[in-house]
Amino acid sequence: MKFTDTIYALATPRGRGGIAIVRLSGGRAFDAAQALGGALPQPRRASLRGLKDTQGHLLDQALMLTFPGPNSYTGEDVVEFHIHGGLAVSAALLDILGLIPGLRPAQPGEFTRRAVQAGHMDLTAAEAVADLIDAETDAQRRQALGQLGGRLAALYDQWRVEITQLRALVEAEIDFVDEDLGLNLPERAAPILWRLISALSDHLADNGRGERLRQGVSIAIAGSPNVGKSSILNRLAGREAAIVSARAGTTRDVIEVHLDLGGVPVILADTAGLRDSDDPVEAEGIARARARMAQADLTLFVDTTHDPAPPPMDPRILWVRNKIDEAGPDLLPPAFGVSALTGAGFDVLITELAARAADLAGASETPVLTRARHRHAVTRARDALTRVTFSDPELAAEDLRLAADALGSITGAVHMEQVLDVVFAEFCIGK
Amino acid sequence: MSEQYDVIVIGGGHAGCEAAAASARFGARTALFTHKIETIGEMSCNPAIGGLGKGHLVREIDSLDGVMGQVADAAGIQFRLLNRSKGPAVRGPRAQADRKLYRNAMRARLEGQANLTLVGEAVEDLIRDSSGHVAGIVTATGRRVRAGAVVLTTGTFLRGLIHMGEVRIPAGRVGEAPSLGLSASLTQAGFDLGRLKTGTPPRLDGRTIDWAGLEPQAGDEPPVPFSFLTKAITTPQIACAITTTTQAGHDLIRANLHRAPIYSGQIDSTGPRYCPSIEDKMVRFADKQGHQIFLEPEGLDDPTVYPNGISTSLPEEVQLALLKTIPGLEKTVMMRPGYAIEYDYVDPRELLASLETKRLPGLYLAGQINGTTGYEEAAAQGLMAGWNAARKVSGSDPVIFDRAQAYIGVMIDDLITRGVSEPYRMFTSRAEYRLTLRADNADQRLTPIGLANGLVGSLRENAFATKVSGLEQAQELLRHRSLTPSEARRHGLTINLDGRSRTGLDLLSYPDISLEALVPVWPELAALSPEIVEQTEIDARYGVYLDRQAADIKAFRAQEHLALPDDLDYGAVSGLSTEARQRLMRARPASLGQAGRLEGITPANLTVLLAHLRKNRPVHAQTA
Repeated sequence: MKFTDTIYALATPRGRGGIAIVRLSGGRAFDAAQALGGALPQPRRASLRGLKDTQGHLLDQALMLTFPGPNSYTGEDVVEFHIHGGLAVSAALLDILGLIPGLRPAQPGEFTRRAVQAGHMDLTAAEAVADLIDAETDAQRRQALGQLGGRLAALYDQWRVEITQLRALVEAEIDFVDEDLGLNLPERAAPILWRLISALSDHLADNGRGERLRQGVSIAIAGSPNVGKSSILNRLAGREAAIVSARAGTTRDVIEVHLDLGGVPVILADTAGLRDSDDPVEAEGIARARARMAQADLTLFVDTTHDPAPPPMDPRILWVRNKIDEAGPDLLPPAFGVSALTGAGFDVLITELAARAADLAGASETPVLTRARHRHAVTRARDALTRVTFSDPELAAEDLRLAADALGSITGAVHMEQVLDVVFAEFCIGK
Repeated sequence: MSEQYDVIVIGGGHAGCEAAAASARFGARTALFTHKIETIGEMSCNPAIGGLGKGHLVREIDSLDGVMGQVADAAGIQFRLLNRSKGPAVRGPRAQADRKLYRNAMRARLEGQANLTLVGEAVEDLIRDSSGHVAGIVTATGRRVRAGAVVLTTGTFLRGLIHMGEVRIPAGRVGEAPSLGLSASLTQAGFDLGRLKTGTPPRLDGRTIDWAGLEPQAGDEPPVPFSFLTKAITTPQIACAITTTTQAGHDLIRANLHRAPIYSGQIDSTGPRYCPSIEDKMVRFADKQGHQIFLEPEGLDDPTVYPNGISTSLPEEVQLALLKTIPGLEKTVMMRPGYAIEYDYVDPRELLASLETKRLPGLYLAGQINGTTGYEEAAAQGLMAGWNAARKVSGSDPVIFDRAQAYIGVMIDDLITRGVSEPYRMFTSRAEYRLTLRADNADQRLTPIGLANGLVGSLRENAFATKVSGLEQAQELLRHRSLTPSEARRHGLTINLDGRSRTGLDLLSYPDISLEALVPVWPELAALSPEIVEQTEIDARYGVYLDRQAADIKAFRAQEHLALPDDLDYGAVSGLSTEARQRLMRARPASLGQAGRLEGITPANLTVLLAHLRKNRPVHAQTA
């Protein structure tokens, strides 16, 4: 273990704070800790140590914690220094660590990567760690925590177990044909297969809510120039995010604001006003606006009492009429009337947006797909399962293997020996 | 001055015969030493060759000009292609054989083999030269015979111990002494010896079986031979019969379980799960009302019948009582009781892929000594061990098949990589690339390699060349002929009317279109031989899957070709768990692919190894 690459990094954000934590992992972590702070404390017990540089000058008074491998986050020897949270303190400590032979700064995610390599977590859990760190809203936090706890891995593992059972049946049908197993393959296997196909299809037909919750529901604000789109965005965001001016065509690019609507993250994008324009810069902005609308989960289409537009028919478009404080024709449903100037009508609009967002991405009771990587693998598995017909067992076996491998690629892998184990546990095999 | 050979093979069973024949075919001066010339090619247990996975092995042996296929064709008295109703990739040729005909055919074959001497003398010890290489043998009479390499195929003879109820008899087979000296020599050399167990059923006098009341089972008509060179089976064919155990028999076994050596504690070694004794079946499958028994005659002029399905080591009188409870066997005479046998085996992780031991260069092991069970598994290893031993003596590199080339490759890789925890038997499911590794294309996969490496003779070379040119001709014919969907419909072929024309090969990939159905369209196809037609249909039928497997095989080979240096310092690979490190240091896998198949090595471990290899690769580009 002496020769492993030992990594270190500041585990807390750079800047001023009460404390900062520097973490080390690897074969030389304990040696380094000893060199800096003297005797190692008891494992997992915080102890006060004076950290000294190579000349014996005191760097800081710190709490030192040690976690001997393999019972640590990374599976290696891990040390944490809880130092005072000043820029100079952490910089000095990191400098000194860099001078110790065999130590190097960690790459992004390297601690978690080592945890995966040590078998302490599967890939979905590692992805969940990243999501948890990035979580901005409560629903995101809950989704990431569920995945970290293995909800998603457990689901995929369970499916793989069921596919393994199917493979065992099919392999028995192929390899133990003379053994009087009374298998009746289609009758036993078909119900399992149908259930799997429908479970995978349901999982895929989640409308992307898990991915959307992770990435945020995207809402575009669109409309003609000068209808007050940016003012609406500012009202929704509660702050001045976009440059708002009365001159037509100000918002030439797409401006994003991240909102937390009832726990669901929402990315609100203000877009350039839609009109024909000769100005190449503005034309580019309009093109981007249209692209944004096409990608958005929901579009707020804004008009005004002065210039009412025909009601949009697309269910993904919410019709918002601004400037209800000014005179104009009566408001017709399904439009939401607001005044960006007075704030009138925003309560109703925000309630509607939160409901729509929860609909699109609310936290779910069942584990959901959170990444395109998972979606591709589950799709491959579902497609392979769909091809299975038990009248061609050797081809069925091949497609079942593909399905299991696809699911295994999300979390781990399966070996043929496991399939044989199931065969022998379940059947009487003679000869 | 003592005698000298290039290669000495110890043992005259299925591994030994194939090893001796292969070594001699390669051109090495070879001697086969067995304690008894008369039992060369003996079928100690089930009088049958082939089956699923096993039939594939026989075809592969045959493709390399091995002897088992043709000998079985000469001795087979009931041929059945198993899984006939399923796809060609999982069909397995199997035959019951006349034991005497088999022995005779095998002996004749070996006696007719150039470069091969048969010696009826037991071997007691190995000679090692000053550098530790194996350099010959010492026989039971103290004769020292020198050789460049030795192939050891001891079957169940290494410290063999027969169990029958409370009775224990040291023996390699009933009535034949065990080999104790060789076991001691191996232990002395530091080999890790384990114990395995197998069993055999009692033998019955067929003249005392009431055949009339039993369900007969006939063979295929016409029989499908093992060998690519056999044109037709000429030995007379017979039927066997099926019966079943009864509740009365089950009660009897249960009442006597405490007397069965595996339950009394007399045996603690592991037997094969897929070949359980009848007492095992009582315990493991307690709910089952009856267990099938195939009554297989051991020969055309031999009254002995092998009751396949009731292997047992219960006391003799219990066996006899049990037989009386089985329909058709009420009055049967037991010619000899069944028994369990324990024997030594060497942990096959001691072997290189050439089947040479790492510990004693020049010593090759094949068959049950490596922890396998079955004649076909033994023969396949024998062929590789004999071939590679002869190659070593001649200064050539070993021939090694990978998992995408042959069932032989799958088996040897399984053995040397994962070791065994029970007697290892071949299954088609062990082959990842099962659709590619078929019994029907074994010659296409292996014969060219045998030809290029000195193992295949001119007779097979010519037959193979004829087949290959026939296949090429068929492919050529089909590739250059096409039909539009409407033309196809006029010929009664149902194709989507999408305006796309399809070649003959495309059409054959439809499950319901046979080559025969295309003959009215293109009458010149009628000239193709049935063998060529079948092979072409199979290739077309699996086309899409074979393409996908080809991609998988490419990825697999990429990993296989990432060599892990012999002296790789696993201590210096960062990110490996201590457990993974220890497993890798112990096994010293030859490639990243092999590492991945080791017990307890995870895909994450492989990522770490790969990263390490990349990081430590010399910066300068390799020049070819």
